[in-house]
Amino acid sequence: MNAVNGTGALFRLDLRRDRWRILIWTLAVGLGVYGSVVALEEAFPTPESIQARGSLLTNPATLMMTGPAFAADDYTFGAMVANELSLYVFLAVGIMAILQTVRHTRAEEESGRLEMVRALPVGRFAAPAAAIATVGLSALLVGAATALGLLAVGHDGLDAASSLAFGAATALTGLVFAALASVAAQLTEYARGAAGLAMAGLAVSYLVRGIGDVIHHTGSWLSWFSPFAWAQQTRLFVDLRWWPLLVSLAVAVALFALAGVMATRRDLGAGLRPASKGPATAARSLLAPAGLAERLQRGSILVWAIGAFFFAVAMGALANSLDDILEENPALSQWMALEGTDLTAQFAGIILSYVMIAPLIVGVSGVLTLKTEESSGRSELLLVSGRPRVSVLAGWFGTVAVQVALLTVLGGLGVGLGVWAGTGQGRWIGEMTVAGIAYLPAILVVTALAVALFGLLPRLTVLAWPFVVFIALALFLGELLQLPDWAMDLSPFTHVPALPAVEVGGAETVALLVMTGIAVVLAAVGIAGYRRRDIASH
Amino acid sequence: MNAPGQHAATTAPTPNPGTPAVEARGLVKAFGATRALDGFDLSVPTGQVTGFLGPNGAGKSTAIRVLLGMLKADSGTARVLGQDAWGEQVAIHRRIAYVPGDASLWPNLTGGEAIDILTRLRGAGQDRRRRDELIERFDLDPTKKARTYSKGNRQKVALVAALASDAELFLLDEPTSGLDPLMEAVFTAQVRALRDSGRTVLLSSHILGEVEKLCDTVTIIRAGRAVESGSLAELRHLTRSTVNATVNTTTDDAGPSGPAGTSGLRDLEGIHDLAVDHGAEGARVRFDVDNHRMSTVLAALSEAGVQNLTIAPPSLEDLFMRHYGGTVDS
Repeated sequence: MNAVNGTGALFRLDLRRDRWRILIWTLAVGLGVYGSVVALEEAFPTPESIQARGSLLTNPATLMMTGPAFAADDYTFGAMVANELSLYVFLAVGIMAILQTVRHTRAEEESGRLEMVRALPVGRFAAPAAAIATVGLSALLVGAATALGLLAVGHDGLDAASSLAFGAATALTGLVFAALASVAAQLTEYARGAAGLAMAGLAVSYLVRGIGDVIHHTGSWLSWFSPFAWAQQTRLFVDLRWWPLLVSLAVAVALFALAGVMATRRDLGAGLRPASKGPATAARSLLAPAGLAERLQRGSILVWAIGAFFFAVAMGALANSLDDILEENPALSQWMALEGTDLTAQFAGIILSYVMIAPLIVGVSGVLTLKTEESSGRSELLLVSGRPRVSVLAGWFGTVAVQVALLTVLGGLGVGLGVWAGTGQGRWIGEMTVAGIAYLPAILVVTALAVALFGLLPRLTVLAWPFVVFIALALFLGELLQLPDWAMDLSPFTHVPALPAVEVGGAETVALLVMTGIAVVLAAVGIAGYRRRDIASH
Repeated sequence: MNAPGQHAATTAPTPNPGTPAVEARGLVKAFGATRALDGFDLSVPTGQVTGFLGPNGAGKSTAIRVLLGMLKADSGTARVLGQDAWGEQVAIHRRIAYVPGDASLWPNLTGGEAIDILTRLRGAGQDRRRRDELIERFDLDPTKKARTYSKGNRQKVALVAALASDAELFLLDEPTSGLDPLMEAVFTAQVRALRDSGRTVLLSSHILGEVEKLCDTVTIIRAGRAVESGSLAELRHLTRSTVNATVNTTTDDAGPSGPAGTSGLRDLEGIHDLAVDHGAEGARVRFDVDNHRMSTVLAALSEAGVQNLTIAPPSLEDLFMRHYGGTVDS
């Protein structure tokens, strides 16, 4: 019997299980592309308006959020579509590929279903081969939907060759992340761990491409370490070239091969690393709810802290080349309101606000972890062991608040160190650290909102996420989208004084105190609600 | 309404052998349109092991979670160790131990750490020795991460944590699911030891043998209501025994003047499902009999010339089946 016996049958099984998912992803991406292009067509009706948009392209924030700016001086509709759209299509297909790959590999293995399948006359590589075929087909369909969505608009600026290349880049980017996920699935025994590893790879790819393109706006040596760059360096609708897609294909094949080699070196159900042993008794700190919360989140906090810190240092260090960037692109100063002697301070403040997204996410996800604790039945065990509800929720929230505070300090310190490295002025270290701490009340408002939802409306706790997304959007794109004032005011980040560029006066102090007050009230409301509601069971 | 989480008054009532450890009256709990508890009553006598029987979905776990103060009943009262299950839950939790049917543990903590968290053990001493002894009895490796445990091992962690705590009342919700027969035997011995030391146990289960072995009293729940409760002896009295006998009458219908014959049995009140099998040495009869009619039936059998006789008392299974899909009418 050969190693891929039964692949066909398993492929059909995978497709049967995924038919709705595949359909939804395909339609969502296809319609999303079509709708976005139509919206861009309406928003930028004249060459002048398109050119005005193009002049903003080379600022670091836009580069991070879009892609390399190939035609900033001679911006066309096609180039704009590629810039505004491609990164998000590639991100979407990457996320789809990771989730689907893990679902058909490690999740099947972890649940024990793969063992039942392997007991049938099915080859060793049949299940992974079927999984690759399934994800490959999905990526292909999403890619085709992308190309069709572009062509369906029928705009002169969107030629067929580049539209097809956009689709091909989408499909191949999906394949690269599928391959990355299949390697991750070999490393850990748990589907959640595999998906987390692969998602971390996606996030790093995003940052590397962004920072690489900030170094040079059409892409630098650093950009080429990211799969997103391979797709975007095709110069869609500007100066189409196909060969970067070969890099995607080659890397995907290499990663799949690596996963195959790793799979042959381990037992079914096992990871490459054996699970380690631990202490037979609990440390004293673990007995308090706050200590338990800290221990359960330690791993992910560490990853966030390291990631945010290095991102902060790297971005802060760019402050040094600010003068050059401005010289190249004077329009940038209008958009960023960078002027005079405060130039570095303003830039550092903007970078810091981006870094502060990390503690924002950590705060909300920290509170939401308690929801998992509850639905798994562990909260119940903890409560029945004699801990009052107040102490469980307050202890947990307290731990999350401390973690968030540490991250704001670390983020500020990171930016400060980066600017110091760039400018040689040591005063930035202290100033940026203080500026980071100033974000704490705003972030705690959002964290406490999650606590309030958890206590009062536990089923709606996830609604804290759309709020986080809104804050990030307002931060990155608020100026570009010209969001109305009331919408900007909804974001707590709007009310954080942009230290160190501004002096903290009475109004700023009041804003910080009001936000602290709101956070305290929301947390108290959540804790009060938690005392009065049913504890969900699993 | 008292909010849970408050520290209860320090005057926690001491258990008095006369009052039940758990007293629930008319509990109702609805989830949307489903009434998981629908006027449920339960009484758990202090110092005894009470079995709590019912199939999946009958409301066992909901009832226990109301007693634990995890769910707030829509109506009815629930008192545990003399205190209000919802309002004084923290005070109650200090005096009870709980084992869920499917214990979920923190994947990245070891079994030993989980036990300590769930019992709030501090330092060395009596509790620590008891814990280590239980870990050895249940053959558990406390240094392994919980994610590597099988279901049975996770269950052992919950059992050790509960049994190691010096509780007055043990609420065990299908505690042996996933345990192998050896470990079940260890569990049985531990529950007996608890009763011998005067503790109260509420054992929810659908393993009838386990309940029959361990329990003094039983409550059977069906569709959110207690349909039967009392001591096993009482319940048995209310139901039927199975009789197997051989009688020497060879004709089925000997007429009014002859021996009573097997047809006499047929006419007797309290006999159900009579089966007669004629053989060379007499008629073999098999039937169920209402226990309170037993003496009349025995008299009729002896009149029929009984050669041998076995009477099997009703098993718990019979009791159970009577309420769930059994064909017998009351």
